[in-house]
Amino acid sequence: MSAQAAAILDATDRRLVIATQNGLPLVARPYHQLAEAIGIAPEEVMARLTHLLESGVIRRIGAVPNHYAIGYTANGMSVWDVPDERIDELGVRVGGLDFVTHCYHRPRRLPEWPYNLFAMVHGGSRTEVLAKVRAIAEIIGSDCHSHDVLFSTAILKKTGLRMAPRRDD
Amino acid sequence: MREAAPIDATDRAIIDGLQGGFPICERPYAAAAGSFGISETELLERLQRMLATRVLTRFGPMFQVERMGGAFVLAAMCVPDAEWLRVLEIVNAFPEVAHNYRRESDRNGAFNMWFVLATETVDGIDAAVRQIEEASGLPVFPFPKLQEYFVEMKLAVRS
Repeated sequence: MSAQAAAILDATDRRLVIATQNGLPLVARPYHQLAEAIGIAPEEVMARLTHLLESGVIRRIGAVPNHYAIGYTANGMSVWDVPDERIDELGVRVGGLDFVTHCYHRPRRLPEWPYNLFAMVHGGSRTEVLAKVRAIAEIIGSDCHSHDVLFSTAILKKTGLRMAPRRDD
Repeated sequence: MREAAPIDATDRAIIDGLQGGFPICERPYAAAAGSFGISETELLERLQRMLATRVLTRFGPMFQVERMGGAFVLAAMCVPDAEWLRVLEIVNAFPEVAHNYRRESDRNGAFNMWFVLATETVDGIDAAVRQIEEASGLPVFPFPKLQEYFVEMKLAVRS
């Protein structure tokens, strides 16, 4: 997403982001509770949230499951060293696979890290993830110079964005 | 890995059905509860329980940091086992660290701590990288995305 597309948040939007970054209040009228906390009308809270959703500042509103708790006990970050001139075509094809949840072109860090294509694969077991990684390997074919899979073995922290209040918030 | 907390069919339907599209209206939980055949109160209770048992990590808006002028960058470190706990405490104490995972592979065991830095400004990433390097005494390797081909975090509950 380009920086030019960035929507500018005003002071009230910022207060709304800060008030909801830990989650939506679990009460019957959550937007009314936010309105009271921020000191604006409930209708304005709802209108601003709708606008933030439409402009993409909010990707979505809902539940964020813990992957492990819903059965995705294996989570592999597959990483691939592919030619830079081929990466966009390969990235679109790999990203189109239904079991790939994230797919990015990232920089290599030579000599430690030769990989430039990252594709996240979730599954119920390492065996299942490795089978999916083999399916990616077939798509990439001879364009793959080397690849690896890094399995996550512990969630060390998961909080999401933390916007700190400014003096004027 | 901890044992997952037990969830029933209604919980599963809620997780699958509420990963997005939560209504913006006066009584949104009441509006959403109908499609699961439960009351507003029961939906609230189930969400509270699933948050308390860590089946859900959050419930609410998911922000796209880049659209607010900020940045979201993956970074990695090679942390020796003997220093793991010390470095983990230092890294996790930074509010800019939004997620942190231990990752291991047989081939590239060196990069074993992978975290996402989320900052309100693009410049904040470099500052956070420098601060983490200074505090830990170890190099931090940022992996900014050069191109995004696909992002879709919605995963259905496996039965």
